[in-house]
Amino acid sequence: MGALRNLALPAAGLLAATPAHAHLMNSGFGPFYDGLAHPLMSPEDLLPALAVTLLAGLSGARYGRWVLATLPAAWLLGMLAGWALALPTAPASAMAVATAVTGALAASGLRLPLPVVTGWAALLGLLHGVGNGGELAATAGGLLAIIGIVCSLAAIVSLVAGQVAVLQAHWARLAVRISGSWIAAVGMLMFGWAMKS
Amino acid sequence: MKMRPENTFKQLALLAFLLLSSESASAHILEGDVAGGFISGFEHPISGLDHIVAMVSVGLWGAQLGAPAIWLLPVTFPMVMAFGGMLGLMGVPLPGTEVGIALSAVALGAMVATEARPPLFVAALLVGFFAIFHGYSHGTEIPPDQNGVLYSVGFVIATGLLHLTGIAIGLIHRWPSGQMILRLGGAGVAAAGGWFLAGGESDVLELGKSLMAL
Repeated sequence: MGALRNLALPAAGLLAATPAHAHLMNSGFGPFYDGLAHPLMSPEDLLPALAVTLLAGLSGARYGRWVLATLPAAWLLGMLAGWALALPTAPASAMAVATAVTGALAASGLRLPLPVVTGWAALLGLLHGVGNGGELAATAGGLLAIIGIVCSLAAIVSLVAGQVAVLQAHWARLAVRISGSWIAAVGMLMFGWAMKS
Repeated sequence: MKMRPENTFKQLALLAFLLLSSESASAHILEGDVAGGFISGFEHPISGLDHIVAMVSVGLWGAQLGAPAIWLLPVTFPMVMAFGGMLGLMGVPLPGTEVGIALSAVALGAMVATEARPPLFVAALLVGFFAIFHGYSHGTEIPPDQNGVLYSVGFVIATGLLHLTGIAIGLIHRWPSGQMILRLGGAGVAAAGGWFLAGGESDVLELGKSLMAL
């Protein structure tokens, strides 16, 4: 409960909204496949999802299972809310900060409490989901695209978290943490871009 | 059922016609120059000799120091460099950037040449301090109309790969002759830093541009 209260302030800051400017890709195979491809083709969505998945995987299989349940579900909830209410997306600077913080947490190798990791995953899911849903409302992408995005995210989280959770070799876990630091670095640069524009 | 060759040809021709006549997918994922964004970001850290020698030196020094510096220094450098890049993008003034970059080659080369073993936090502070100048320089030189996210991804990957290159070269440290070669390499980097301080790198850039024009 305390962890949730601690997350409330950053949540309020991150969800402070501005007009949407992301675009759902057109795969040519229909809205489900557009949605399926979207997280893979949108680094601003993929990187934070990967970072929180790496963080969970490094903490163990139990964390991975919780994030597998939380991240896609929160993303779905955010998309449905954004789609139904045509909500605007969060500021690019907030998304950049969230990406940098998540990458830094993965790089740190800290074993955070489970509610903090799942709460953070839920927050990221809501943040990015609202943006995706708002964009879907603008382009009439539909429910199939939303389902595609959720399926894609579930696949990413289950595959990556599963692979990371079973890593035993010290160098392999270090490689995962270095990946987290690279994501944090990208997040900081994204923040600079957001401030520049 | 056996298919006649002429039917197969007709089917392939129809398929080819359908594929070639279809409208191309209007993928519109991100804003800015998407393909160019990644390539441009990737090329930026490897476009200047002063950046290259400093980043490879970080890997070399990490390999000399061993664990945990071998991974801590290459983690520190990209993160602090990205922070410097962020400052550059935001337009925060930072004086003496080029001098700082040249000095980074001198200092990091000297560390490798002398196989210095300061406390870990001192090594991380030194690497982080110089990383700010490198990142700032990149942040202020980013061309307009690039896709920011993909540029950043390319930029960070290239930086990380330069460190990994340094670490890979530094693995020769396990042999006595390798240790000597690394120290000589460090001396070379420090000498190059002195040359950069004297403004020598601009000549290399001009030469590079001339070669690219050919």
